[in-house]
Amino acid sequence: MSTHGPVKQVATYGGGPQVAGDNYLNHSRGIASWIFTLDHKRIGVLYLGSILSAFFLGGMFALLVRTELLFPGKTLMDPDRYNQAFTLHGAIMVFLFIIPGIPAALGNVILPLMLGAKDVAFPRLNLASWWLWIIGAAIALSSIIIGAVDTGWTFYTPYSTSTGTAVIAITTGVFVLGFSSIFTGLNFIVTIHKLRPKGMGWFRMPLFVWALYSTAIMQVLATPVLGITLMLLIAERAMGVGIFDPALGGDPTLYQHFFWFYSHPAVYIMIVPAMGVISELMSIYSRKHIFGYRFIAFSSVAIALFSFLVWGHHMFTSMSPLANMLFSALTYSVSIPSAIKIFNWLATMYKGSIRLNAAMLYALAFIFLFTIGGLTGLFLATLAVDIHLHDTYFIVAHFHYVMFGGTVIAFLGGLHHWWPKITGKMYEEKWAALAFWLIFVGFNVTFFTQFVIGSRGMPRRYYDYPERFATGHFISSLGSYVMAVGFFVSLFCFVQSLYRGRTAPANPWGGNSLEWHTQSPPPHNNFDETPLADDPYDFSQWKQASPAAGYVKVGR
Amino acid sequence: MSQDTTTRPADASHADGHAALGHVVPVPLLFGVLGILLVLTFATVAITWFDLGSLNLVAALGIAVVKATFVLLYFMHLRWDKPFNAVVIVSSLVLVMLFVGFAMIDSIAYQPDVIPGYSPAMGQ
Repeated sequence: MSTHGPVKQVATYGGGPQVAGDNYLNHSRGIASWIFTLDHKRIGVLYLGSILSAFFLGGMFALLVRTELLFPGKTLMDPDRYNQAFTLHGAIMVFLFIIPGIPAALGNVILPLMLGAKDVAFPRLNLASWWLWIIGAAIALSSIIIGAVDTGWTFYTPYSTSTGTAVIAITTGVFVLGFSSIFTGLNFIVTIHKLRPKGMGWFRMPLFVWALYSTAIMQVLATPVLGITLMLLIAERAMGVGIFDPALGGDPTLYQHFFWFYSHPAVYIMIVPAMGVISELMSIYSRKHIFGYRFIAFSSVAIALFSFLVWGHHMFTSMSPLANMLFSALTYSVSIPSAIKIFNWLATMYKGSIRLNAAMLYALAFIFLFTIGGLTGLFLATLAVDIHLHDTYFIVAHFHYVMFGGTVIAFLGGLHHWWPKITGKMYEEKWAALAFWLIFVGFNVTFFTQFVIGSRGMPRRYYDYPERFATGHFISSLGSYVMAVGFFVSLFCFVQSLYRGRTAPANPWGGNSLEWHTQSPPPHNNFDETPLADDPYDFSQWKQASPAAGYVKVGR
Repeated sequence: MSQDTTTRPADASHADGHAALGHVVPVPLLFGVLGILLVLTFATVAITWFDLGSLNLVAALGIAVVKATFVLLYFMHLRWDKPFNAVVIVSSLVLVMLFVGFAMIDSIAYQPDVIPGYSPAMGQ
């Protein structure tokens, strides 16, 4: 295997006492040193704070929606407010939270560390990306004051060109947010191509890096189409250019083609980095080399490619039978790379020494929930069944199992996993586990119920419902409250860790990817000497000294 | 220097060095390309003086493709870049064709069902 020169020096970080004093958090002080920082770790922390604020806001809208649906008839708000609430819930969660979630927050902190690099390739572009997020978010959220949008997060024509609400404000905001996403993607592609250390060929990269790479390709290729779509929509509204208006020779279905040509890859922009996180967690917490490395790596790329071929499955009820058949067949093919990953993760756990801490609980929950989300997708890809299920709560449950059960759960797993690295503090496992169980149970109560009422015909986005759906809606709303309590416990757990948590060792979990080869939290320049990359999933050289001292490197 | 970047063997295993300055295109060449683009722009206008039927569209788009190719090769330096960048641009064009192609397949297939000029929700 590789030589051991620089590794020896690194080993002192791994096991010994913390390097006194300096780290990226206290390297410089003052608000300006944060909001104009070029340090990828600080930008990652800024992103983390920003997206979690967006998550809180989107979550509040979700609770408003669920509370309105607690009982039939009016519970809390009138129908117009309800339309605005679910639109804002969707738009905020998708554009402000999930899409930037894992790449921009966790990826920004961890990617350069995993590469043994001092920063991303373009630190200024990285800062610009965060500022664009802030500006985009401000413009998009200003629509709430101007006249909150009631179109649903997809802004479908013809309604979006005729409603009196602030469609132009929110789409302009989303347009700007798109550039934020493109900047992050571009930066990551160049970083991964150019800043890998000695000893890290393409097939020595941690799988999280592969996942971020695939995600970045999709961000760069697909997001411009969202920009074009929203510009056309704005032009249609402001000037009546007639791209989507049949009276002027346009076609409203064309809007759906445009929108989903971006937004289907966007679904994978959400899930692929989540899968990267799970690959890391599965291997580290099973204390076993990842099974099928190349298959997992290539399946990320395959998902990225397939993602551009299946957008039509969002529009089975508005397309021609010919296009429907093509897209239905193509959609089934996406299940292959996803299933490859699932089976490889299961094989990784087989005969492993599994450590059931909070991060691993989230990783296991991901497999459980994402599999339900994925398999219910097969019903929706089946044309005849989709006629019955489309626009019902079945689809609401399906995509929440993928986006929440997949991406958000993996994000939480990754956050717990890298929290000691990011903050230098350990959290209390018992609080983290309690939060996990509340979120897990609450989530399933909320959304599994929706599969049931959806398959029985409850349409999505409806303000009111007949008596026979009342029990289902009531249970679903109760589940959402349990989930909300879980998130507050999780918040408490993290805040408590910041103030009371014990100091984190350099390598609390025994990982071998390069971010564990530096102190926690990392110093301003990450590594004093560029480390030499090794097999990221070979844990044989790390032994646990004690729970407080974490893992230390021992000779082989 | 341009020769260096084109002839250096591809090094796939890890990051390779990067020239501090990009390739410098001679100014006369830039103006030459500008001249070609202007001539082709006039050609686009001139071709509308003749009625070629549906070929008018083909001719206009054909000229546009030639112009775009000149811009890519010379103004965007693709001629002197690594082949990988050409692969990137060609694959993005494939994506455009894919998108337009599928949308057209769909649109043509449902045309018989469309009521001309009928749009209940729009065009107030």
